[in-house]
Amino acid sequence: MPSDRGAAGTQKRGIAVPRIPTLLVYIVGFVPAVWLFYAGVNDRLGADPMRYLEQSLGLWALRFLIGSLAVTPLRQSLGINLLRYRRAIGLLAFYYAALHLLTYLVLDQGLDGSAILADILKRPYITIGMATFVILVPVAVTSNNLSIRKLGGQVWARIHKLVYVAAIGAALHFLLVVKSWPMEPLVYTAIVAALLGYRVVKAFTRKPSPRRRAA
Amino acid sequence: MMIRRPSDVLPSEITPKDVYFNRRHFIAGAAALGVAGAAPFGAGAAPLSAAKSPLSTDEKLTSKQDVTSYNNFYEFGVDKADPAANAGTLKTKPWTVRVDGLVAKPAEYQLEDFIKPSTLEERIYRMRCVEGWSMVIPWIGFPLADVIKRAEPQSGAKYVSFETLYRPEEMRGQNGLLPVLDWPYVEGLRMDEAMHPLTILAVGLYGETLPNQNGAPIRLVVPWKYGFKGIKSITRISFTDKEPETSWNKQASNEYGFYANVNPGVDHPRWSQATERRIGEGGLFAKRRETRLFNGYADQVASLYAGMDLRKFY
Repeated sequence: MPSDRGAAGTQKRGIAVPRIPTLLVYIVGFVPAVWLFYAGVNDRLGADPMRYLEQSLGLWALRFLIGSLAVTPLRQSLGINLLRYRRAIGLLAFYYAALHLLTYLVLDQGLDGSAILADILKRPYITIGMATFVILVPVAVTSNNLSIRKLGGQVWARIHKLVYVAAIGAALHFLLVVKSWPMEPLVYTAIVAALLGYRVVKAFTRKPSPRRRAA
Repeated sequence: MMIRRPSDVLPSEITPKDVYFNRRHFIAGAAALGVAGAAPFGAGAAPLSAAKSPLSTDEKLTSKQDVTSYNNFYEFGVDKADPAANAGTLKTKPWTVRVDGLVAKPAEYQLEDFIKPSTLEERIYRMRCVEGWSMVIPWIGFPLADVIKRAEPQSGAKYVSFETLYRPEEMRGQNGLLPVLDWPYVEGLRMDEAMHPLTILAVGLYGETLPNQNGAPIRLVVPWKYGFKGIKSITRISFTDKEPETSWNKQASNEYGFYANVNPGVDHPRWSQATERRIGEGGLFAKRRETRLFNGYADQVASLYAGMDLRKFY
């Protein structure tokens, strides 16, 4: 039976998750980025280090995005409560997306403004990638307690639903960058589809809350 | 597996013997590191001697390590590192090449007999991948024209088609649930392109027989076209009167044409072809290079396409 109760409620029934400081989530989360830059500078990323760095950062952004989307289904279906860490996971997705974009702009395109502009206007996968990043900006900027208080829970929640759009964008961006239909982007797309599909099913099967009926 | 690149090799150093000894050193080094099993050289790699060619470029070579570890050979997986890791399973001995179609002398050759009549030459060519990266590779091979003349094409033969092996038990990429390409890989050239002196069948690189991941034992190299035209591990060469089907064109005809000439002015629908990254040049902070029309071979080949709209015939 899915529970709508918060963290305290599920901790009792579900699988206990040890509490770790969120700072640790950030530190561990940045390990791949630090390693990638270190290995890249030391020429240990294979024959095409720029491409490897660019793609790896993008892939990590997608992984963290998927991680943040998995928090709710994990809690509701399996009783694993990672809500405490969702903000950190989501922000890591944003930071990795920013590093991915920065790598594209600086290392890949050498800050060639006209080439970048042509790419954004002419190439759907870059258009979509850019749009995805832009969509993530307001979500990241409001990922703090002050924003929740100032905006109010409903407005805030609405803004954060943009993550669903970003997830679709990220998956499409990945699918469009490859030749043919290799497995990896298809698997990531399937995971995104499952996580979003879960929410669609929930929305249709949810019992109306007493509060809504009263209104 | 990451192995530091060996220091840059000067063009003057690439006599087969030197390369042969370098290879020995490298393998010894790799074995000492305990990575011999994953070393990117086929067990059968043997030294090959070849005459130098005036058609070679004097540009700086891409390191052998990069040439043999960064490959697109989807029969062994879609990742660039997959061919070096997985191609060891391909059995290249014995190997036969069938020549058939509109020719006076169709035949099936053992590889040795197929190569024997020709003089092996070293051809140092630029290689431009459709994905936007490039290399400079010291191939060893012989003109495809040799094979064509020997087969004596009939007057109706206007095109040459090529076919790779379909052997899923040795080529794990052919086993996928969703095939990335319609196997076996097929390619083709117009007769004048096939007869062009720059067009070669390569049987080696860097002074040795081809490693499996580079298309052992025999592959096509057409330096003014995108790399995917260079079909690997060829088992059949056929002469036809109709433009043959080509694998990537079948997969996405709006993205990969039959001609696939390197052209900075004709973009891939999803990315620009104006610039390229030269593998091994400057590492992480390498600047892109301008891509050249016909990959810099315009003087030799532009006349083949006189009057053709290269946007239409991409």
